[in-house]
Amino acid sequence: MKTVAAYATSTGATGQKPMSIWRAPQLSLRFWPVFLRNLLVWRKLAIPSLVGNIAEPLMWLVAFGYGMGALVGQITVPGAAGPVQVPYILFLASGSICMSAMQAASFEALYSAFSRMQVQKTWDGIMNAPVGLDDIVLAEMLWAAFKSLFTVTAILGVMLALNISHSPKLLLAWPILLGVGITFSCIALIFNALATGYDFFTYYFTLFLTPMMFLSGVFFPLEQLPTAVRVVADWLPLSNAVALVRPLFMDQWPTDAARHGLVLVAYTVVAFWLALALTRKRFRK
Amino acid sequence: MASTHLPAPLFQARHLSKRYGDAEVVQDLSFDIAPGECLGVIGPNGAGKTTTIRMCLGLTTPDSGSIHALGLQMPQDALAIKAQLGVVSQMDTLDPDFSCAENLLVYGRYFGMQAALIKERIPSLLEFASLSSKAHAKPGELSGGMKRRLSLARALVNNPKLLLLDEPTTGLDPQARHLMWERLQLLLGQGKSILLTTHFMDEAERLCSRLLVLDHGRKIAEGAPRDLIAQHLEPDVVEVYGVGALALTESPLRTLASRVEVSGETVFFYTGNASALAQALAAYPQLRTLHRPANLEDLFLKLTGRQIREEA
Repeated sequence: MKTVAAYATSTGATGQKPMSIWRAPQLSLRFWPVFLRNLLVWRKLAIPSLVGNIAEPLMWLVAFGYGMGALVGQITVPGAAGPVQVPYILFLASGSICMSAMQAASFEALYSAFSRMQVQKTWDGIMNAPVGLDDIVLAEMLWAAFKSLFTVTAILGVMLALNISHSPKLLLAWPILLGVGITFSCIALIFNALATGYDFFTYYFTLFLTPMMFLSGVFFPLEQLPTAVRVVADWLPLSNAVALVRPLFMDQWPTDAARHGLVLVAYTVVAFWLALALTRKRFRK
Repeated sequence: MASTHLPAPLFQARHLSKRYGDAEVVQDLSFDIAPGECLGVIGPNGAGKTTTIRMCLGLTTPDSGSIHALGLQMPQDALAIKAQLGVVSQMDTLDPDFSCAENLLVYGRYFGMQAALIKERIPSLLEFASLSSKAHAKPGELSGGMKRRLSLARALVNNPKLLLLDEPTTGLDPQARHLMWERLQLLLGQGKSILLTTHFMDEAERLCSRLLVLDHGRKIAEGAPRDLIAQHLEPDVVEVYGVGALALTESPLRTLASRVEVSGETVFFYTGNASALAQALAAYPQLRTLHRPANLEDLFLKLTGRQIREEA
């Protein structure tokens, strides 16, 4: 009996419990070659993809901004020192750049990341080398944010050229938009981890991103919304991003900047943690 | 073991078990890989070969058991172990957007290697893979054999001590397979160790110094290919097919063989006395016969059965 017990203890000692998917992220600089890999692929297609990335947001801006702008004229938005009148095109531009950051990051962290993860098995190849899954997820997240920043920069350039805003505070809007890209990359990676195929992402775009576009003050002020909807809208990540970026376009400081920033940080941290856990679960075979 | 002169194993797996739900995919599997050795893992589809490789890489956590490699332990030292391994997985994971040379460069960086060092190695790696003329071609332009050789070259980018190769020649034509064998033999000659899974018994017999036969997740035999054949099989096999062949299993001829198996229309006589059997078969000129020494495939079929598996 004693031998059996000793044997049981010894196998128990060598046996391994599968590590919890909720364990702390194990992040390291090993993410960098993965990020660099994506950068190298993209460098080959950067110019054509740039046209695709900025053409659509600019069409929205021009069609709505100048078309609707002519009908709407000035629009009243709350400012730090009371309500401010701004041209509709400025209102729209400052909101739609946040929307572009969101969309560019989401596309990359969904369709492109899924291609690499599931279709091309790039991640599997990388994990045969000394790079952990956590670092791959980190690299994909930062990569999607980088692409989003690239798109945003190009659009900002066009907005400057169109003379929509010349506020020096746009310099601050730029890193904030990088943060917006990071937030939406993290959220998108949750859905990447859950996806069974590309079709799955249609739900994310039509049921989550599109309604959020309309509830985040991109096209019209949040004050227009019924109070009940407004309560929800105030906590959406995109509306908090718009609340931070829009005043900078108007050469003003955002009100409640700390609160909006914290909401975005909270979304980012929770989403990255969740995305990591679900991706670990997906790869735990 | 101080009493033996064998070098310490490079890789040591002890009592590995893994179950998915009710299915025991790997059960109490132990094996060693000695330096410079090629260990073959053979078994029908679903025998647990790929799960075993995944456990060796720390990608699948075993329910019980331990893995030590290169003086380190899985899973806590997984990255340090993988830094010294080369892996060719069953499915190609080459980057379709990169040329052959870029594939090697990008992969080398995952090992933390400096770009200059990798670039220095690329020409010899491509030459080893017989892909020097394809340095700038993308994987989509390569044949199946070329892709597998590029995968092999990629696995060598970090100059690993041990290679884990999961069915490296599946789907290749005979020429490509022979070239792959030649390259693997070259690597063994350089002192590298290899863990190889395969469905090709000639490949296992040719390359592997030792074999592990798996079935239903269990090790059912282990040893050098020739020893296993001698241990489990009669020295000769006479295959008989043609009209009336099946009737022979009921004839007095049967006593000349120690074992008789039927597969489809063919009768297999396993015997230590092939000449007597051949003489007796001369009385049946309408039958076609093939006399050959017993081989690894016979062993494999004896141990794992001739039935097609559901998973196959």
